[in-house]
Amino acid sequence: MSEASHTHDHDHAPPTDEAGPLSYYQRLELAVRELLIEKGVLTADEVRAGIEDMDGRSPERGALVVARAWSDPDFKERLLADGPAACAELGIDVSPARLAVVENTDDVHNVIVCTLCSCYPRPLLGLPPSWYKSSSYRARAVREPRAVLGEFGTVIPEDVAIRVHDSTAELRYMVLPQRPPGTEELDSDALAELVTRDSMIGVTTALAPTAERHA
Amino acid sequence: MSEPGRGVHDIGGLGGDALDRSEHEHEFWEKRVDALMMLLVGKYEILTVDELRRGIEQLGEGAYEELAYYDRWIASIAANLLEKGVLTSEEIGRKLEEIDERPPVAS
Amino acid sequence: MTAPAFAPGERVTVRHANPPGHVRTPFYIRGKTGEVERVCDEFGNPEELAFGRRDSASVRLYRVRFPLPEVWSDYSGNGSDTIDVELYEHWLEPTEETAV
Repeated sequence: MSEASHTHDHDHAPPTDEAGPLSYYQRLELAVRELLIEKGVLTADEVRAGIEDMDGRSPERGALVVARAWSDPDFKERLLADGPAACAELGIDVSPARLAVVENTDDVHNVIVCTLCSCYPRPLLGLPPSWYKSSSYRARAVREPRAVLGEFGTVIPEDVAIRVHDSTAELRYMVLPQRPPGTEELDSDALAELVTRDSMIGVTTALAPTAERHA
Repeated sequence: MSEPGRGVHDIGGLGGDALDRSEHEHEFWEKRVDALMMLLVGKYEILTVDELRRGIEQLGEGAYEELAYYDRWIASIAANLLEKGVLTSEEIGRKLEEIDERPPVAS
Repeated sequence: MTAPAFAPGERVTVRHANPPGHVRTPFYIRGKTGEVERVCDEFGNPEELAFGRRDSASVRLYRVRFPLPEVWSDYSGNGSDTIDVELYEHWLEPTEETAV
């Protein structure tokens, strides 16, 4: 980690910390963490390293995997058969997640939810967005997936089946969106630009090549 | 309103309002809670993920619905550490008093 | 390792039990019938792990696919829309097919 010289165990409030009065639970976090450090259960450096790992995981990783799968059919086959092994080929360690990649086709559109808590393919997409953790998404995605997708502007044709995945146990799902038409000439970097976080959750499709990323 | 045997967290199919799709950066303290949990579950095997979840589910209906996501996490982490004797209420209480006496973080 | 009780393609019904404790079988899927999509590995039992018992016997996990119109009688989407749920073996029973 980048703070190897930072050897003492006192965790300064970083400049990015929230200012003003702390809530009860913010103070509880301070209390629990400081006590665990004082008792030698864990160290401040380990907490910092954990946050750095967390910050290193973002949807760009998932997009890299998807772009590779779009441009290399053999890789795609390996990815669908054994997600962790295929990601390891790209130098991406998804452990301890048991990654299951589910493929969108002309006949099937996949979408991911965790109705019981907030399970999410963190190694490939980072921390989940607020709406994914919201009671509304969790309560509705399994009952009216087409209406939920509609709120993202996603209309799945009637003759395409929706396949909802409720992440209730050990598997962590990532959607392999369909490669948009008109992208035959694009290289992997350009393809990855089209792969949004939401398209890998399955609430949208990948961007069209001319669309703005945040359109 | 809840049915016996249905946990407060077990909300699949219950319906709800339109999604609030606004994006929020995670606050630094939220990331610390997350990192703490990962260390306690992974490297140190002091807690299991299912103990965290059980603690959250047992916060009670009002608390589950009213508390923010990482509020629930740290509440459950603290409850589990008390249950296991890793920390005591007195230790946490005294630390909270000490924190209350610190000068506020400057804006 | 114990041999899986169910095979891919087999029809299974989720037990309609509402026990206390921490269980990972969602309420909405209890009592519903689906088809084994995939036999997964054996894992620690979350119902025991929830109380810190890390060395309890592991349990077989399955991915089971349910037609959404059978989960929700008022389902309004496409009739072939489905939901996959991961379920542990002790929550599943062979489906007794009633003669028509």
